[in-house]
Amino acid sequence: MTDGIRGRAHVYGDNIDTDRIIPGKYTKTLDVQSLAEHVLEDLDPAFRTRLQRGDILVAGNNFGCGSSREQAPVALQAAGVAAVIARYFARIFFRNAINIGLPVLEIPDHDIAQGDELEVDLVSGTVRNRTSGKVYQANPLPDVMLRILQAGGLVDYLRINKTF
Amino acid sequence: MGNMTIVEKILFQKTGRKVRPGDIVIAPVDGVMATDTTAPGALKAFEKMGGQRVWAPEKCALVIDHAAPAPNERVANLHRLMRDFSREQGIRLFEIGEGICHQVMVEQGYVRPGYLFIGADSHTPTYGALNAFACGVGATDLAAVLLTGQIWLKTPATLRLRCHGQLRADASPKDLILFLTGKVGISGATYMSVEFEGEVFKNMSLAGRMCVANMTAEMGAKTGFVHPEGLQLPYPFEPVEPDASASYAQTIEVDIGDLPPQVAAPESPDNVHDIDRYLGTPVHYGFIGTCGNGRLEDLRAAARILQGKRLAEGVRLVVAPASRSVLLDAMLDGTAHTLVAAGATLITPGCGPCVGSHEGVPADGETVISAANRNFRGRMGNPRAQIFLASPATVAASVVAGCITAPPPNLDY
Ligand code: SF4
Repeated sequence: MTDGIRGRAHVYGDNIDTDRIIPGKYTKTLDVQSLAEHVLEDLDPAFRTRLQRGDILVAGNNFGCGSSREQAPVALQAAGVAAVIARYFARIFFRNAINIGLPVLEIPDHDIAQGDELEVDLVSGTVRNRTSGKVYQANPLPDVMLRILQAGGLVDYLRINKTF
Repeated sequence: MGNMTIVEKILFQKTGRKVRPGDIVIAPVDGVMATDTTAPGALKAFEKMGGQRVWAPEKCALVIDHAAPAPNERVANLHRLMRDFSREQGIRLFEIGEGICHQVMVEQGYVRPGYLFIGADSHTPTYGALNAFACGVGATDLAAVLLTGQIWLKTPATLRLRCHGQLRADASPKDLILFLTGKVGISGATYMSVEFEGEVFKNMSLAGRMCVANMTAEMGAKTGFVHPEGLQLPYPFEPVEPDASASYAQTIEVDIGDLPPQVAAPESPDNVHDIDRYLGTPVHYGFIGTCGNGRLEDLRAAARILQGKRLAEGVRLVVAPASRSVLLDAMLDGTAHTLVAAGATLITPGCGPCVGSHEGVPADGETVISAANRNFRGRMGNPRAQIFLASPATVAASVVAGCITAPPPNLDY
């Protein structure tokens, strides 16, 4: 697991579906860089150019709703997003993100603004807003998810443990 | 026993543990499926996990349906990867033209009542039509099931939707589920199991039940079940019913007796309204098919309206049967002939243009009327087109008129 995630917030709204994270027409590939090139392009064409490696995506309710495509968290991760914070996530996106080792934090109530400097501590589930000075507490992850995330994703978790 | 919802009962049967919403279980899986969108990533993850053999080849299936036949060399090579893997592992591969994964799994008996089924596709909850706990996952989760035969799950709370009354002759199961999706909202059932109850379901066909369970995905649900009373399958089975004293997180009661045909307007499946509001909106392109509405009764409903008619000037209609078996039936009973004679383009059984991979991407500024289940921006491959969702009958009536049009009141779906 990546400790001490620190980056700028890119803030978006509610119900960002997987077609907006990565349109279905680009998903038939195993080339993750080609996914990264189109990440969020229908939602915000400028996102790719503003994003710096290690930045944090922040959204409202139901982030990642829609399809089961794992390409959605993969595209975000490949583009350089270090973690995603939302009020809550669509369930498949949430599982997929953990499974590929992309940290996701559910914070039901936050007032993070565009460009805020954030610091995430995954073990305690806290997010410190260095711009406003506020600290937010994320919903705790089920134990099995934390173990998967700590192993760097489900692939490494099962490669090591062979079973759950 | 005594106070369980359907999902709690199935998890109890699988694990021997009485579970409550929020409990984490590691459960054995009865069947697993991946498509050409998810299988390539899953197979790669399986390999990286150190996987040699899948845990039970007879319980696994791969389906080439999302971009089939291959529209380009990249996809062709992904298909080859699936063919190679299925040969090496002795897994059944459903080839191009055999149909949409969800239709094929049901037709071929890969999923049955009481099963815990994991599919690498978000519309896997469709199998709640036949009383199975079916849940969609992504590629890496799928790889873990292939390797271990198990999955970890959080027991979902249950939302009960009780419908009172019977549907009007011009309203179909699709109108019902669009209406309910509008009521619950795109995230109203997030992480939950949905149970559908009411008189209306007792006489509903398997196709209608699948159409209903299908769109629990659009409510954010983890899974959904149509009450099994009246369910008919070509083999004997033991239905899993909820206990009378089961506890529900929420119950929504709705009266459906007067429900008119519904449409979901752009750009969300829960932006649902009575058709009146959009009557007369010009359409360029109609689509009938998908795991929501590509079955024989859907094609027949469209054919009844298109019989002896022609598509309006400047309007096209694409029809993708949900499976080869649906196509064969539609050829035998004349449905396919009626549709094509009216001007429809009949394409390969499979997902067709539903997800924008191929076979009918709309142009900028065009309006699509579609019997699919999603109308997010860009869904059909072009973010500058808009998509309305409706029943197959409404799609058919609309492509004849050239604008959004209600099916005749005496249609009798
Ligand atoms: S028909 Fe559409 S919704 Fe159904 S599985 Fe295929 S792409 Fe998904």
